[in-house]
Amino acid sequence: MNAAQSPTNPPAARRDWPLWEVFVRARRGLSHGHVGSLHAPDAEMALRNARDLYTRRGEGVSIWVVAAAQITASSPDEKDAFFDPAADKVYRHPTFYEVPDEVLHL
Amino acid sequence: MTAVPGRSAPPGRDSAATAALPPLARYALSLGDDALVLAQRCGEWVACAPELEEDVALANVGLDLLGQARSLLTYAGEVEHADRDEDALAYRRDEREYLNAQLLELANGDFAVTIARLLVFSTYQHLLYARLAGSADPTLAGVAGKAVKEVAYHCDHAGAWAVRLGDGTEESHARMQAGLETVWPYVDELFTGDGVDPALVASGVAVDPAGLRADWDTAVTAVLDRATLRRPEPGSSARGGRRGVHTDAMGPLLAEMQHLHRSHPGATW
Repeated sequence: MNAAQSPTNPPAARRDWPLWEVFVRARRGLSHGHVGSLHAPDAEMALRNARDLYTRRGEGVSIWVVAAAQITASSPDEKDAFFDPAADKVYRHPTFYEVPDEVLHL
Repeated sequence: MTAVPGRSAPPGRDSAATAALPPLARYALSLGDDALVLAQRCGEWVACAPELEEDVALANVGLDLLGQARSLLTYAGEVEHADRDEDALAYRRDEREYLNAQLLELANGDFAVTIARLLVFSTYQHLLYARLAGSADPTLAGVAGKAVKEVAYHCDHAGAWAVRLGDGTEESHARMQAGLETVWPYVDELFTGDGVDPALVASGVAVDPAGLRADWDTAVTAVLDRATLRRPEPGSSARGGRRGVHTDAMGPLLAEMQHLHRSHPGATW
């Protein structure tokens, strides 16, 4: 790495290989879970790299790759304002209903 | 295809050891050696591929091929009945007894040469295994049935890179074209069927590779077109690998591959 390069100013090659977040659904699972990230030049290669990196041991049957830049995430600084108000509002929880056995995946 | 007179290498003659092999063992060995030698070449990219993800991808390709080699070499040893297991065949044969096509022993070169060789070979393997999955021999059919899925991915990977490099920058296009030119003289040998016993083909056990050439041409041309690459002109045509006659690259490859096993015979992990 020469002096002009840094994490905020990556070399040209790295700029061409953006970061992708990888989500994998396990064979018995119902939803995709985040398993990690990788660099790839485009979505198709990202999918193939994800297959090589994150499903080597039969972890999943479906892969989603999303460009990290496309993800909007909640900020850790706003955690209190975002999530605390829900903590002590017991009336929002469905704990007073009995869920019948026939209802699955609730 | 018509060979240019005087510019095609002669196919060579079998060594005594090769000539003594039962035809089925020889066939399994030639298929297995293709996979074994390319697995060795793929392994050379580990820790020095252009990107981390590609490091894993090429290692995976190598492992797939090694798995195919293990099954095929083990089967060859069983058919041969000379008490040679997969390790004895992989590590204790001499150069003249390896029956891989010369394409596989070529040095990796730059990434474009590697991808060109993988594209050419995995397309051939995909067609070969698809046919071999219907072999009259249940072991070969089983190996092929499993391998065809692995190799479909190798084709896809090599094709994806060939397109991106070919239809990429000036430099990547030039290197990819050069990579094709480097491996092209070694293509014909995949399809000549040197050393394949016609009786094995007639009985439905073995696949005559000549029958795969047309489909191979179609598939590879489609990739080259998308990659804006030029199909190399037919020129010299290497042969000899199927008879155990190899290029200069084979000696050092075998030395590195066999050194540990030969230095510590019988050692286990």
